[in-house]
Amino acid sequence: MIPRALNPGRPPHRTRLLSLAIVAGLLAALALAPTAFADFLTPESGGSPNADKIDSLYKITLAVGIVIFLLVEGVLIWTLVKYRARRGGPKEGAQIHGNTQLEVGWTVGAAVIVVVLAVVTFIYLPDIENPPASGPNGLAAGVEVASIDQPAPPPGPSEALTIDVNGQQYLWRYDYPGGAFSYYEMVVPTDTTVVLNLTASDVIHSWWIPKLGGKMDAVPGFVNKTWFKISKPGVYIGQCAELCGSGHADMRARVRAVSPDEYLAFLERQKADFEAAREALAEQRELREAAGETELQ
Amino acid sequence: MATTSQPAAATAGSEGLKPEIVMHGLPPEPKGWLSWLTTTDHKKIGIMYFVATFIFFIIGGVEALLMRLQLAQPDSTLIDPETYNGLVSMHGTTMIFLFIVPVMAAFGNYFVPLMIGARDMAFPRLNALSFWLLAFGGVAFYASLFFEPPQAGWTSYAPLSDDAYMPGGGIDAWIFLIHLTGLSSLVGAINFVATIHNMRAPGMSWGRMPLFVWSILIYSYLLIAALPAIAAAVTMLLTDRHFGTAFFDPTAGGDPMLWQHLFWFFGHPEVYIMILPAFGIISEILPVFARKPIFGYKAIAAATAAIAFLGLLVWAHHMFTTPTSTVVLIFFMLSSFAIAVPTGIKIFNWLATLWKGSIVFKTPLYFAAALPALFVIGGISGVMLAIFPVDWQLHDSYFVVAHLHYVLFGGSVFGIFAGVYYWYPKMTGRLMSEGLGKLSFWTMFIGFNMTFLVQHSAGLSGMPRRIYDYSGDLGVNDYNLISTIGSFLLGIGVLITVINALRSYRKGKVAGNDPWHGNTLEWFVQSPPPVNNFDEIPRVRSVEPMKDIRREVARSGEQAGTVAQPVVTGT
Repeated sequence: MIPRALNPGRPPHRTRLLSLAIVAGLLAALALAPTAFADFLTPESGGSPNADKIDSLYKITLAVGIVIFLLVEGVLIWTLVKYRARRGGPKEGAQIHGNTQLEVGWTVGAAVIVVVLAVVTFIYLPDIENPPASGPNGLAAGVEVASIDQPAPPPGPSEALTIDVNGQQYLWRYDYPGGAFSYYEMVVPTDTTVVLNLTASDVIHSWWIPKLGGKMDAVPGFVNKTWFKISKPGVYIGQCAELCGSGHADMRARVRAVSPDEYLAFLERQKADFEAAREALAEQRELREAAGETELQ
Repeated sequence: MATTSQPAAATAGSEGLKPEIVMHGLPPEPKGWLSWLTTTDHKKIGIMYFVATFIFFIIGGVEALLMRLQLAQPDSTLIDPETYNGLVSMHGTTMIFLFIVPVMAAFGNYFVPLMIGARDMAFPRLNALSFWLLAFGGVAFYASLFFEPPQAGWTSYAPLSDDAYMPGGGIDAWIFLIHLTGLSSLVGAINFVATIHNMRAPGMSWGRMPLFVWSILIYSYLLIAALPAIAAAVTMLLTDRHFGTAFFDPTAGGDPMLWQHLFWFFGHPEVYIMILPAFGIISEILPVFARKPIFGYKAIAAATAAIAFLGLLVWAHHMFTTPTSTVVLIFFMLSSFAIAVPTGIKIFNWLATLWKGSIVFKTPLYFAAALPALFVIGGISGVMLAIFPVDWQLHDSYFVVAHLHYVLFGGSVFGIFAGVYYWYPKMTGRLMSEGLGKLSFWTMFIGFNMTFLVQHSAGLSGMPRRIYDYSGDLGVNDYNLISTIGSFLLGIGVLITVINALRSYRKGKVAGNDPWHGNTLEWFVQSPPPVNNFDEIPRVRSVEPMKDIRREVARSGEQAGTVAQPVVTGT
């Protein structure tokens, strides 16, 4: 009835094959363990201190996890191989119903592991959650309302730069201090702590630039906060992480870090562009009104 | 059977005793398909549950394969975004509400009465109602294919699911599915509770109840505790959508966070609703094939209850990235950590059950032993996700997709397959093919790991979940291709088991009453069991009543034929 090829062979042969397969699997797992910290098993980092700290915290939990993984899989595979039923072997296993000491032991062991993980998390938490002061080469306090031709204030740690981020189907809008704004690409000064006030104007979105730290949801009616601090100029990409409709996959974002001077120039340019556009519009409107046309729709 | 008292002396005067009809003749039992429509027998209802849920499993699986096909390469144009979001929503909803939760009810329906020595469930007609509510819930949901499927994911987060953003009827179909399957589960849960509390065989105290029955009891209590929250939430969503209320609409003073709290207050216990019965199944299977008693029976039963209780206190760990104060995040991190302890206890107890056994390698054991092997990966990634600063990176990424599939596929579905191979001979009287079974196992095992292991890396590289398309520059192209190939392997593995089940129904080896040397009372009856299950309900003296019965039979020197047949060995 059953095709011969599918029919299992004699049990000893099968089990030997099986044990070979699992021993090979275990060896492969052990060989892979050192490369576990390679980038494909860890989150993105390198853009901002909070991303780096999350990465470190993650690696600690991964190390604990790998030990538990190897322990469980090792014992499981070894047990399956060692205690397989053999021809002529015992018909029944050892009739053990439990062992209180052992059971209390692994209960306490598991509890200790999670307590340790909790302690480690509390050690790392402040550095991940609380924005630090801006660096000496960052955008100085008060500068964001000044213009570029004024002398730069003395270097030193200063206040964070706050940018309002608004998620909309399907793009991000950034409002900088002083009235400038941009879409899709956020431009920020290096060595400056940037605090983001996240909200949304339609459905829930989620702000995520992996190299710049964790994600935070932008929820309509709420303001959520996150921060980053970029040390060197560069471009960091990310995208919306909360299903927000048919364009969700295309709701991408970029953060471009530039020197504080370039940042200020960018703000001026944005404002100037906006002003120019507004003036051009006003001009058009006047011309059309003069020509007797009704107001632009 | 049918006893009718004939009215005698119908002409008697008014002073005499009036003739009285004691009982009408029993109507003949319906035959053919009508017997399935009208049945209140827990076994027939159980079979209908199995067939219906596995049909939904296959539909949900095809939806998953379509998504994997779209994601095989970057910038693919095979499926448009609206269809993809529909597939995301249908797949998740189908697998959770129409497969895993009700398939546990299928096992419970068929085996709880048999395992506790009862002749049926406490409320047979409510039992039939449970099934038909489920069936119509599925039909109502899938009818949305003919207008517009829901596109807001299985979580239907407001305000995306509000009428302003999802005006089509798909979300309404989803709401009706939640109501119908929710009622089905509630009615079923009350039935399980009543049955397990009141109808156990003489001698079966709480400490002698099979662990699978424990898990179904706790599954039922969890359903009763969690379902009202989602029922309320979807009703509020329905009135938001159609009757002008604004519970979740921020533009009118509503609160989108309220939806998430209500949803996850149900949604997280739901995870344990899906996994605990699978734990129960393998807690039955491992000792049988290790030829050893379960290690730490009381610890496993207590851990089940502890997981269920703690499972009610962890819901906001799905909301670590929402605007929520740190102290709340810390609470939910610690409560989620706490669950790791009873879960760890279970895993160690299963390992200790196999330890020093005489392990018989039959297909049910393969699937049952794979459960701890795979679930532990989901458990470890679960602890990582519980650390909320780490979750800020991992949340809503493919890492979470991988995690939940290790829990719900590596855990629940492998447990379900173990149960199917283990109990199929009891339900049909025939054994499933071992060769096909093992082929199916290895194909599924390799395919599953290929599909989901690399998804951790995709998420860590920055790939969010629920996207129909990704950029080729993200560095996730290889991961996605491997995942797609693996998913088709996994699909083939599932298909082999389906073919095996259909084929063995007629062609399988005749199983006899007790093909595996089982420990519990379902192996005491014939395969398939007679309508009334037990002519005489045996007295239970331990947690392994069948072992006692076999021993008694051996001592009395009789042939074991009528009670427990010798195990089918070798070949």
